[in-house]
Amino acid sequence: MVSKAPSETLAGAHPPPAGGKYLDSNVAGAAKILVVGPLGVGKTTLIGTVSEIEPLSTEASMTRAGVRVDPDVDSGKRTTTVALDFGRLTIDGDLVLYLFGTPGQQRFLPAWRDLAKGALGALALVDTRDLAASFDALDNLEDLDLPFAVAVNVFPSGPRYDADDIRAALDLLPDTELVTCDARDRTSSIRALIALVRHLIHVATESS
Amino acid sequence: MTAERPEAPRASAIRPYVITRGRTESEGEPLSWESLVMTADAAFPAALQPEHLAILKQCEGLISVAEVAAHLGQPPSVVQVLLSDLLRWGLIVTRPPIPPAERADVTMLRKVLHGLESSL
Repeated sequence: MVSKAPSETLAGAHPPPAGGKYLDSNVAGAAKILVVGPLGVGKTTLIGTVSEIEPLSTEASMTRAGVRVDPDVDSGKRTTTVALDFGRLTIDGDLVLYLFGTPGQQRFLPAWRDLAKGALGALALVDTRDLAASFDALDNLEDLDLPFAVAVNVFPSGPRYDADDIRAALDLLPDTELVTCDARDRTSSIRALIALVRHLIHVATESS
Repeated sequence: MTAERPEAPRASAIRPYVITRGRTESEGEPLSWESLVMTADAAFPAALQPEHLAILKQCEGLISVAEVAAHLGQPPSVVQVLLSDLLRWGLIVTRPPIPPAERADVTMLRKVLHGLESSL
């Protein structure tokens, strides 16, 4: 048997907060939502705000043909990695929701494909100080045909625009859900996720 | 400890497929990042590789593939392969992600919605 080693070296690196390292044994399954957007838009902040564990980070290696568009990765023998932060939230007692922060750049699209498989949908974070930085992430979502909602992460220093202006700037479809949130605030972040899931239900019932 | 897990009976060559609920193409279809894994109540071979052993130690309770990878500081792609070995050898059990195939499962989405609203 595997013994519970008290000298577990990684236990100190990831102190178990509420809920602990392991899931409750009642948990019967997992679902996932991607949180996408450019660097610095607040993905990890939002995930940390919502997560019952400290956000974890893992590096996905990209070795596939999809790196073709990346001039930095030319030789084929080199691989590039992309850091993905994620967290989890146990809901309803027997279901755990994983939130994977996914960097938006076009060249990371290959790393998205695995993650997007089986995902309920995605929350696309945007920063009004640099709306254009979110274009790649939105393009990727459309390429993958993953339903999503857009959440404007409101930075204190960020300019405020009308929703219509943001829609126009991001070229959003009329039925794409657009909300604002403060990624540092738990209630606000969960409300953004709720808006996303409501939208997903709408999409699912429309298409069935 | 053979008879304690009715959902994962021992001593059968096809048992890994039972555990994965019929997902026989596991060679080409790795566990997803959010798949939940846990050690089975099985004694394991003393000659197990350290990499496999390290993973088993992370799986003493129910935990996702991504978390195992993060705790070990290994890329999930590596952990997925090693977990597939352990699964084939009957040393771990999995709970498949929900929804298994189609994302447009309204029942699941409503459950997530309810759960999120309850956690406000």
